[in-house]
Amino acid sequence: MALLSVQNLVTEFHGPGGTARAVDGVSFDVNAGEIFGIVGESGCGKSATCRSIVRLFGGADARIAGGSVRLDGSGDLATLPERELARIRGRDVAFIFQDPLTALNPTMRIGRQIAEVVERHRRVSRREARAIALQLLRDVHVTSPERRLDAWPHELSGGLRQRVVIAMALALRPRLIIADEPTTALDVTVQDQILRLLLERCAATGTAIILVTHDLGVVAEICDRVAVMYGGRFVETGSTATVLASPRHPYTRALLSALPSRAMRGKPLAPIEGTPPSLTAPPPGCRFAPRCPQAAEVCRAGPPPPLMLHDRAAPLHADACLLEGVR
Amino acid sequence: MLRLILQRVMMLVPVLFGITILSFLLLQVMPGDPVEHAMGTRASAEDLAAMRRLWGLDLPLWQQYLIFLRDCATGSFGFSLFYKLPVSRLVLERLPVTLALALYSTCIGLAIALPFAILAALRRGRLADVLIRQLFVLLLAMPPFWLCFVLILEASLRLGLFPTGGLGTGVLQNLHRLFLPALVVGLSTAALIEQSLRATLIDTMKADYVDTARAKGLSASQVFRRHILRNSLISTISVIGVRVSWIIGGTVVVEKIFAVPGLGGLLVDAIQARDFPVIRGLTVCFAVLVVLVNLLTDIAYALADPRARLT
Repeated sequence: MALLSVQNLVTEFHGPGGTARAVDGVSFDVNAGEIFGIVGESGCGKSATCRSIVRLFGGADARIAGGSVRLDGSGDLATLPERELARIRGRDVAFIFQDPLTALNPTMRIGRQIAEVVERHRRVSRREARAIALQLLRDVHVTSPERRLDAWPHELSGGLRQRVVIAMALALRPRLIIADEPTTALDVTVQDQILRLLLERCAATGTAIILVTHDLGVVAEICDRVAVMYGGRFVETGSTATVLASPRHPYTRALLSALPSRAMRGKPLAPIEGTPPSLTAPPPGCRFAPRCPQAAEVCRAGPPPPLMLHDRAAPLHADACLLEGVR
Repeated sequence: MLRLILQRVMMLVPVLFGITILSFLLLQVMPGDPVEHAMGTRASAEDLAAMRRLWGLDLPLWQQYLIFLRDCATGSFGFSLFYKLPVSRLVLERLPVTLALALYSTCIGLAIALPFAILAALRRGRLADVLIRQLFVLLLAMPPFWLCFVLILEASLRLGLFPTGGLGTGVLQNLHRLFLPALVVGLSTAALIEQSLRATLIDTMKADYVDTARAKGLSASQVFRRHILRNSLISTISVIGVRVSWIIGGTVVVEKIFAVPGLGGLLVDAIQARDFPVIRGLTVCFAVLVVLVNLLTDIAYALADPRARLT
C-alpha cells in the first residue's frame, strides 16, 4: 500500500467573494521514500492541496469538503479529530513552509523552537531535547551550532533559517515531508544548496517528499513522479521523465514551451495567453479550454474531464485531455 | 540594553530643561494673581505690594526663573505659597499613593481584560465576541464620576463591602481601601487593553509561525499559550505604558471623589489657589514620570521582543 493515498480531495475556501474550490477532486498516491512533485502556476491550488493533507490553512476559513487522505497506518487524516491529527503532525508528516523569514517565531530562541517538536513527541527532558536540537543543527550543516541554539531568528540569514526549518521538520524522522515551495523565498545562490540539503537529509531518513514548485527545472532534476495542476485539478501525472519528455496535456505542453531551454535558443518563448481560471466560478468543461489553442466544442461543456490513461505502455502516465487528435 | 537606558537618561536633561521653561512661561500668561487670590479683594495696594515682594514676585522674570532653577537644584523645588512647605515634600507625600493607584488599577485592568480578550478572539464574529465588544464599549462610555457614585452607593453604602474613601495603614488595608478607586480607573484600562489585545490576538493567529507550531504537532492550547498569547502580550506592553502615563496625572475626578490624596488632586488645588511653585514642581514631576514610564516600557518591550533590542 502507498504511504499516502489522496482520493477525490475537495477543499473549499470561504471568503467575502464567495466559496472558492481551490482543490477540486484531486487524487494521487505517494510511496515511501518517493519524491513527488506538484507544479503549476500561482493560485492553481498546489499549496491548498498540501495544506489539506495536514489541515493547516493559516488564518483562512477553509475546510475539506470531500474525499479522503489516507496515511498508511493512521487512517483518514481528512476526518481524524484535531487532537489525534496533532499527534501525527511533526511526527509522521512534517511541513516546510515557503517563507523561512516568517515561519519561525520571532520571540523564541532557535534551540527552543527545535526542541519544542522533540519534547512534544518524545519523552525527553529539556536538557536532552536541547542536545537533540544541537545534533539536528549539525545534521543540516549549520556552522557553530552551539551558538545558533541561543540565537534569535532575526539574527540568521534566510538560508540559515530555512536550514533550521528543515531541522525541525526532520526532528522526528517523519515518513513524509511536505515542502511548499521551500526555496522560492530564498536567494538564487542558496536555493540549490537548500534543495540538496533537503534531499540529502530525506535520503538519510528514508522520508518521502511532496515538493511543490513552479520550477520545472527542479522537477526534472529531483522528482520521481510529477503532477501538473491547473485550476484546482490535476491535468497530467506520470513519471517525471515521461511527462517532461512526452507531455500529453496542452497545458503541460504550454508550460514546457514557456520555459527557456538550449534547444529553443534564438526562438522567442511562448507565453500562455489569458489568465488562470477563477476558482469561485470556474469555466464549464476543461478548466484550460478558454486558454487552450486546440480547444474544441466538447472541451467547453459538461463536467471537467478526469485523469485518463491513454497509453498501455506507460501505465503511470495519465492526463485529463479529451482530444485524442491533439496528440 | 545599558546603552538604551543611558540614552534615555541623557534625553531627560533637555526634556527637563524645556519643561521648566514652558511651565514657567505658562504660569506668566495664566490669568489670576496668587497675591490677590491669597489676600482677598479688599486688601490695600501696599499690602499687596508687600506680599508680592515677600514671595519674590516683584523680581524681573529672568531672576524668578534663576531662583526656580536654584530651587530645583537644591531639591526643594521652591516653597508652596499656601502650605508653607517645600514643594518636593508635598509631591513626595502623594507620589506613592498615585503610583500605587496606577499599579493597582493596571493589575485590575489586566486581570479583567485578559480572559475577555482571549474569549473574544477565539470566538471572533460570534455572539460572545459581539457581547464582549458591547460590554467594553459601554465601559468606555461610562463617565468615571458616575461610576464612582454608583460604586459608592452600592458597594460601600448598601453592601458595606468597602469604605467610601480615604487611605488606611499597611498594604493589606490600603489594598482594600483603594479597591473602588482602582476599579474605576482599572475598568477603562481594561477596555483599552481588551480592544487592542483582541485585535492583536486575531492578527497573530494568522501568522506563519503559528502554522509552523501547529505543523510541529503542538496541541491547540500549547500553540495558543506559547506562540499566540505570548507574542500578542508584547504589544499590550505599549498600551499599558501609555495608559500608566495618563493615570499618573489624569485621575483627578476619582481621587477627589474617593478622597485619595494623590498628585492629580494636588495639581487641581494648586491651580485653583494659583500656587505657582507647586504647579511648577508638579509639572516637572509629571514630565520625569512620563519619561521614566516610557523608559520602563521600552525596557520591558526589549526584554520581551528580541527584535526591539537592535536599536
